[in-house]
Amino acid sequence: MARMKFLCDAERCIECQACVTACKNEHEVPWGVNRRRVIVMNDGRPGEKAVSVACMHCTDAPCAAVCPVDCFYTTADGIVLHDKDLCIGCGYCFYACPFGAPQYPQQSAFGVRGKMDKCTFCAGGPEEVHSSAELTKYGTNRVEQGKLPLCAEMCSTKALLAGDGDIVADIYRKRIITRGGRPQTWGWEAAYGEDV
Amino acid sequence: MKSQAQALKASRRWRAMLWSLFAIIILAMALPSIGYLVADAAQVYGPERDFSEERAANPRSEMWRDARFGEGGFTTQTGPYVTNQMIANIGENWRQVRTGPMTTIGGWFLIAVLVLISLFFAVVGRSRIEGGRSGMTVVRWKGYERFLHWFTALSFIVLAITGLSLLFGRYVLIPIVGHSGFAGYAQAAMYVHNFLGPAFSVGVLFMIVLWAKHNIPNRTDVQWFKQGGGIIGNKHPSAGKMNGGEKVWFWLGVFTLGLIVIVSGFILDFPNWGFQTREIMAWSQGIHAVAAIIWIGFFFGHAYIGTLGTEGALEGMTRGRVDTNWAKQHHDLWYEDLIARGERPVPESELEGAKAPSQPAGQSGH
Repeated sequence: MARMKFLCDAERCIECQACVTACKNEHEVPWGVNRRRVIVMNDGRPGEKAVSVACMHCTDAPCAAVCPVDCFYTTADGIVLHDKDLCIGCGYCFYACPFGAPQYPQQSAFGVRGKMDKCTFCAGGPEEVHSSAELTKYGTNRVEQGKLPLCAEMCSTKALLAGDGDIVADIYRKRIITRGGRPQTWGWEAAYGEDV
Repeated sequence: MKSQAQALKASRRWRAMLWSLFAIIILAMALPSIGYLVADAAQVYGPERDFSEERAANPRSEMWRDARFGEGGFTTQTGPYVTNQMIANIGENWRQVRTGPMTTIGGWFLIAVLVLISLFFAVVGRSRIEGGRSGMTVVRWKGYERFLHWFTALSFIVLAITGLSLLFGRYVLIPIVGHSGFAGYAQAAMYVHNFLGPAFSVGVLFMIVLWAKHNIPNRTDVQWFKQGGGIIGNKHPSAGKMNGGEKVWFWLGVFTLGLIVIVSGFILDFPNWGFQTREIMAWSQGIHAVAAIIWIGFFFGHAYIGTLGTEGALEGMTRGRVDTNWAKQHHDLWYEDLIARGERPVPESELEGAKAPSQPAGQSGH
């Protein structure tokens, strides 16, 4: 079975936020909840790089390890999903996740957060496939239709790749070989010389 | 004559050994340097090479290194849980502690405390009132103090049960009640824990303020500890209103662990204050849980001594009066002080007698 993976090629990402918009629109994610976000490192400085970040569907997911009610499960495709009917909104997955993927509709006194929401790799949740319960709780289920996550499918520069980890890795490896990896081959000094 | 020759031989052997060792060390350092005698350093090690170009940091790898170490970037998305960090490292560390030593050592610690208390009870048994009850009672805790104690005690127990459920429920309760059954309970447990916590904190703070004066350590406590609180030796050590053990429970339990649990608990309970990063939250959760587990272990001891362990102790906190023989045995200095201040012991019969006629009357202002 394939292991589904996201990969964002920082050399290609142009920070257009289309992935973010696509995700919010496709799943009708409420205001303040962001399943995907673009982080720009060194913003406005030479070497600026943008990376689109969402749930990375970890093999050994820390969110699943710390969940007090054990509401996470990994599908046969390696997609990490959770059951909102079990979730108690304790916030632990948010502390444990390295990528800041888990989100909650509320942030109020006495730790009231509501049910956790996160990227589903467009694979819905434990509800019946294409049911209205699945749609309202987890969003659309594109994987069931044989489609890949919308964020990656509509990425204009194909920076964001999603799919079988082996195929994603192959595509990225070919890019790296074509592109060349050493710093001498790119940048200001390589283009204009050291004195300019 | 013979022994003198032997001593000479021994000292010669020692000298030979030391010199050999010295020679080995010197040669070990000198021999590898022989190269310098025939050539200068450059010829030995080859020409000076400039690695700087090959080793110059790749700007891309610099960016990823920064991201790996948790440096933040810029993001346009907004929301209470949106972070500008690509990779936060605290989570994995917190997870290792929480699913590792916190549950294993913490769980076994609590079980060990219960086992040790049971063993102690089985071996030593209940501490009886020496010479039996006198039938005379004195006031030990006033009404508002007993209310404070039981309010704090009951909320402590509820908080301990709900808190331990959230930590151990996944391993202990899910196999029994199933996922959805436990999730329903855990949801209720979390809200009870989150709403009761602040109320409990008020109780603890009142205890600290009102009872610190009874718990100032003094010389009597040293003797009390030397006699193990009465376990060692046959005469019960002296104590004031609070004995050495109770003072330890007050300062280490209620005061130190209490304040740690309260501060970390408030940080966890009010994410809306906004200063709590994931780092602060993970640390608070770890500290909160560890301090609470130690406190619960401590509490087992306190509850045992106050109920099963000591005859005549519990009534001081339930009806507020204790038997004079119990007071003389466990808190002799306090009892003497009480009598010196003019407190008059009241017989049990009088207490009940005072109550009995008031019941038929029904409206005697009690």
